[in-house]
Amino acid sequence: MIKIIARLTLLLIPLLFGCDKSSDIALSNKSLVYCSEGSPETFNPQLVTSGTTIDATSKQLYNRLIAFNPKDNSLIPSLAESWHVTQDGKKVTFYLRHDVHFHHTKYFTPTRNLNANDVLFSFNRILDKTNPYHYVSGGKYPFFQNGNFSKLVNHIEKINDYTVRFILNYPDSSFLTNLATDFAVILSAEYADQLAAENQKQLIDIYPIGTGPFKFESYRTGSVIRYYRNNDYWHNDVYLDQLIFDITPRNSSRLTKLLANECDVIAYPIAKNKIRSRADLKIDAITSYNVGYFGFNTQKPPFNNLLVRKAVAHAINIASLVKNVYSDQAVIANTLLPEHSWANDKSIPAIDYSPEKAKAMLALAGYPNGFTMDLWAMPVQRAYNPNALKMAKLIQADLAAINIKVNIVSYEWNTFLRKLALGEHQTFLLGWSADTPDPDNFFTPMLSCSSEKTGNNRTFWCDPQFDNLLKQALQTSNIALRADYYHQALHIIAEQVPLIPIAHAKRFQARNKHIYGQLLYPFGGIDFSHAIKTVGNF
Amino acid sequence: MLIFTLRRLTLFFFTLVILSVFAFSLCYLFPGEPIVNLTGRINDNAAQLAALKLQYHFNENVFFQYISYLKHIFSGNFGLAMNNQLPIGPLISKLLPATIELSLVALLIALFIGIPVGFIAAIFHRKPIDNTILILSMIGYSIPVFWLGLIAILIFSIYLGWLPSSGGIGLIYEIKSVTGIQFIDILMSDNPFKWQAFRSATMHIILPATVIAIAPATIFIRLARTAMLEVLDTNYIKSAQAKGLTFFEIIYQHAIRNALMKMILHVGLQFVNLMTFAMITEVIFSWPGIGRWLINSIYQRDYTAIQSGLLVLSTFIFIVHILTDFFYAALNPIARGKRFGSR
Repeated sequence: MIKIIARLTLLLIPLLFGCDKSSDIALSNKSLVYCSEGSPETFNPQLVTSGTTIDATSKQLYNRLIAFNPKDNSLIPSLAESWHVTQDGKKVTFYLRHDVHFHHTKYFTPTRNLNANDVLFSFNRILDKTNPYHYVSGGKYPFFQNGNFSKLVNHIEKINDYTVRFILNYPDSSFLTNLATDFAVILSAEYADQLAAENQKQLIDIYPIGTGPFKFESYRTGSVIRYYRNNDYWHNDVYLDQLIFDITPRNSSRLTKLLANECDVIAYPIAKNKIRSRADLKIDAITSYNVGYFGFNTQKPPFNNLLVRKAVAHAINIASLVKNVYSDQAVIANTLLPEHSWANDKSIPAIDYSPEKAKAMLALAGYPNGFTMDLWAMPVQRAYNPNALKMAKLIQADLAAINIKVNIVSYEWNTFLRKLALGEHQTFLLGWSADTPDPDNFFTPMLSCSSEKTGNNRTFWCDPQFDNLLKQALQTSNIALRADYYHQALHIIAEQVPLIPIAHAKRFQARNKHIYGQLLYPFGGIDFSHAIKTVGNF
Repeated sequence: MLIFTLRRLTLFFFTLVILSVFAFSLCYLFPGEPIVNLTGRINDNAAQLAALKLQYHFNENVFFQYISYLKHIFSGNFGLAMNNQLPIGPLISKLLPATIELSLVALLIALFIGIPVGFIAAIFHRKPIDNTILILSMIGYSIPVFWLGLIAILIFSIYLGWLPSSGGIGLIYEIKSVTGIQFIDILMSDNPFKWQAFRSATMHIILPATVIAIAPATIFIRLARTAMLEVLDTNYIKSAQAKGLTFFEIIYQHAIRNALMKMILHVGLQFVNLMTFAMITEVIFSWPGIGRWLINSIYQRDYTAIQSGLLVLSTFIFIVHILTDFFYAALNPIARGKRFGSR
């Protein structure tokens, strides 16, 4: 008996520790495991706005007509090799590439390359309520419905097999950026027809077919997504054979898996110092398209007085707020726009921290002995402001130095927003995460006169000149001209101080150093098409 | 033996009846609509629910409801899990084997550690080695399994980086689940990387199985020690000594075999104990077994899953118990009468 066991053990040893054949090493080296924070709701990004779903699907499975240049977020060709906008800005024509293949999978074999029908199908599904696929999966397309996409687009024409024209009701220069976002993906019309013939339309968002770098292999609900390389990918050679999403909602489990080398990349890491202390790991950070700010109710005294607003702005030590509240995981915001936005004006300086200046201005405004004010702090944690209450306390201390007494006010989140919209506040701490990298998304919802009426503009600041600049910027598609308008608008904000921008928070991920290539971009979901791995794991 | 078998089977039958009555009554005891708790169909509209009620005889009295419930259970229909609307039957048939696999490996580890160490302790009875082993086994038995699991992850996964901390196999290997027992599935698969997968699966099972094995191993140590001491005290050992056999000849030829015989019953009983440890450990090591699934279901108030999971698990444990008894009784005729008074 003992002898048999000894022999068996001897047999097992080479199995466990023996040499690998080169093909074996290749599998582990060519498979990347990404530990994500949640399960996707669907495999079609048109249907969602959730970042988790976008991360899991958009850049892995699909392409868009046009894309963002990762360097400056300008537009570059993708499935459309070029495009043309007419003088009046109402007709946009896209010329498609001829060499784009759809995924070849177990459940679908494409017989033709991408053509105009696929583009028409993808957008008509959203726009046309009579499209047989419109109400499949619920008929909700939140990104397009919030952006009034259906009001903007009159219809879409097929000029020939590789040319598509969008006819707009009015010119809107954010239209193109919207088409480049992660939501505006191109689906396969041929696959849709095949499913319709099989009477299985609902499968289109469960077993996805796209043109992207990876193709769908399997999904174990709530635990693992497995993608294979798309060998026919038109854009670049993808290095990875397999891309695996290991869905790990718990922060501490993701950290453990990273430390134990079970995950190559993890989303939203905790204990960043621990990760930094390890030689084999590193942290990626990228400034996202969001802003946390301190706002005034410009209709209520004393903040209807510009001098008072400026005095407060000079009295707040923004650098210390960013350091203490964001633990240095954000950059100081000089303007509303993140630094790498093409519309940002880098010449606008940060507001200098100077209690003396603030005191002088207060005296000039007629408040030499200060006053008492309310500061509303949002009750929830957001990327753009991880701890508004702490920030409010720091501001309270800063303002006490210039004799302004601050009462901190907070309500439950929905009540908070409702009361803000009613204008019951004096000052408030809030923020904004942009839906698109188009700069208009930062201005119009937050500071325009029209949103003042709906209560979305919580500063109740309405400047006709500023508003006019925003409108002009939308009517042209000339980027230089638009940037110029937005620069002027930013200068007006810096002059009028309806709000004080505080920080642009960063998005984080941690990875093993054996993974190379850029994965995160300032805008939109994660992208594994350029990832390279050099060492295997368990 | 016949009477013994009959008695065991009656016991088995009535226990199952009580278990199923209890499981069925849970759908009334949990908050919410009983028919929804029983079937897990939380998204159905009123008309669909009415049809379901008809199907499950919910318009008749409780007895018919229970009978109809049994019919569904025997046809393998356990309803849908409330949180993801997947059928529970196939899910359990994948999860239970994973737990059994983990427990069996843990049992083997416990045996390979416990029995030899116990024998050593007995051979060196009342010597420093014996005392040390006893102290260590006491400590091992006292350590809570979840704490041990976390410490093991901290040391072997995070600091040393030797072994993975979660799951049953590296995610890069795709193994089709046929039997649910992963090692068998790997060997049966035609995956070109199957030896790599086998290695990965082995690396993954070492840590959780060892953690589970610690407590039963300490029990085996003490059982083996006692069994060996008894054997060493017998007359045939003394006569062997008198014949002039060497010490190792006595131990190897006579003592070990006889001491092992005494252990068989305990091994079976410990297996059930070990399943309980396994379920807790599964949560810590994210092992894809039934314990982790059941505990998650409890967190998520997934009543259908709790109900079916409890029924299947307790039935399985009971079957193991009965089988152990049969096995032992077949080997040892004295047990048939002595333990159950059938003589």
